[in-house]
Amino acid sequence: MKSVKKHSQIGRLVVASLTFLFLFTFSLSAQGDAKVGKSLFNANCAACHKLDKKLVGPALGKISERREMDWLKAWIKDNNALRASGDADAIAIYEEYKGSPMTAFPQFADADIENIVAYLDADPVKKAGAAAVAAAPVEVKESGSSNLISYVVFLVLAGLVVYVYFKSDNGFLKIVATIILLFNIAYFGFTALMSIGVDQGYQPVQPIAFSHRIHAGDNKIDCQYCHSAAKNSKTSGIPSVNVCMNCHKNIGEVAEETATAEHSKAFYDGEIQKLYKAAGWDSENLEYTGETEPIVWTRIHNLPDFAYYNHSQHVTVGGIKCQKCHGPVEEMEEVYQYSPLTMGWCIDCHKETKVKMEGNGYYKNIHEDLSKKYGVEKVTVAQMGGKECGKCHY
Amino acid sequence: MRNTITKIAAILFVAIAFTSCNDKTKPQVQFMPDMYTSVAYEPYGVNTAFANGMDSQSPVEGTIARGQVPYDYPNSNEGYDAAKNELKSPLTEYTKNSEKGKALYGIYCAVCHGKKGDGQGDLVKREKFLGIPNYKDRDITEGSIYHVIMYGRNLMGSHASQLTGEERWQVVNHVQKLRNDLLK
Repeated sequence: MKSVKKHSQIGRLVVASLTFLFLFTFSLSAQGDAKVGKSLFNANCAACHKLDKKLVGPALGKISERREMDWLKAWIKDNNALRASGDADAIAIYEEYKGSPMTAFPQFADADIENIVAYLDADPVKKAGAAAVAAAPVEVKESGSSNLISYVVFLVLAGLVVYVYFKSDNGFLKIVATIILLFNIAYFGFTALMSIGVDQGYQPVQPIAFSHRIHAGDNKIDCQYCHSAAKNSKTSGIPSVNVCMNCHKNIGEVAEETATAEHSKAFYDGEIQKLYKAAGWDSENLEYTGETEPIVWTRIHNLPDFAYYNHSQHVTVGGIKCQKCHGPVEEMEEVYQYSPLTMGWCIDCHKETKVKMEGNGYYKNIHEDLSKKYGVEKVTVAQMGGKECGKCHY
Repeated sequence: MRNTITKIAAILFVAIAFTSCNDKTKPQVQFMPDMYTSVAYEPYGVNTAFANGMDSQSPVEGTIARGQVPYDYPNSNEGYDAAKNELKSPLTEYTKNSEKGKALYGIYCAVCHGKKGDGQGDLVKREKFLGIPNYKDRDITEGSIYHVIMYGRNLMGSHASQLTGEERWQVVNHVQKLRNDLLK
């Protein structure tokens, strides 16, 4: 302890003299130091350190209250050498973080480190007035309004028919009413029957309100980053929570700007906590507890088992964008089924889609034969056999 | 009077029939559901036969799937150093497939590391992640890149579950290309 005290006295002297020197020479640019320090910190340190919270390494806010400048300089430039020299503090911190070594930054000059420390000592500036919540555009759902209209029309017609039947003695009117009634029944009956087993628009409530709008839309994370099985397998893959934790180890709460009129910041932060619970992540001590629990997602897109569909065939071989079938997922707060997923819908696309034939030497002969057979420049998927029953039903 | 009651009943019936079909959070009825859902297990299904209650099970410990190459370097500082010095890419000129490596890099790495490998990905620009290093500032070899994709390092998590062994090497190949471009 004694040596530390001595150490600190010398250190204080050095800091004081340096501060004096700095104030003397750059008395006007004192704020600039912290600014330069901030950009240096964000570019080099922020991957592992936060100001107010432990991350990979310790929290660094107001670090000069805990460590001497000389020690910091030695540590940052080459912590390995400092540990080798037998410095007790250096070895202690290395042990505390279970022997994960910090990257050495020999490229930093003393002034750089002083700038960074100046930033760390400055009060973290909170963004002022960031709570301006963007008014979410009120969406009028097309299907909902058209449903309402047909519903009202149906009610009015039904009322008229009932009126004519029971109140009127006019035979002609009764015949007209009967015809209208029959048409009505036929139309609505047909619509109802056609919707059997067709789940277009299906939007179940999921156990975690995962927002594709934030992830795929705002942050432009590729669909396949999470749905990584789509490129090689039949299913697109629901990401296991380790994939979520690749980012959410660091991101424990959303930014103020992420909140919308519909969902507050507190709501989204709560959803991230649900993920931590499922992954068994202790966000205080930054370690896994091992107490995991599966997240029971509700499947939305589900083909009947008598139809075979393979994602890799469409994503990797066909090169089709996910949005072609799944719609604008990157705009969806909650995912719904965009396409009807009926057989007619599959076949329509197979009839329209042209096969990319150029640059595919392996299939050169069969492509040429096919285009000669059908007398077209480019064959469609259907012409290549994409309409044969056995391709999907076997 | 009887007429009025019939009328009201008819209207009510129709109204109820319509609103009940409009719940978006419930799937539609199915015709012959046994044709839709077979008895075979679905991926990600619930399964009481297993202790953890899931259809999808991890491979038995000690087994190697066809086409998979086991990775023997441990997830430690020593393992990192060993991989950095010893591990070499098994890709041949034919399997390198630099275009695929580039595409995979674009999906799995560029969101943080940037398209050019300069640490300026979209998540960094939006200040969700900070301090992603520029590849040229780091002393990395093909072995160490593979090791980090396999196990992750510091804040970066393991990406082994998202990429197959060959795909990982193709990404390594692209990272090295980017690093060489940056060092020019």
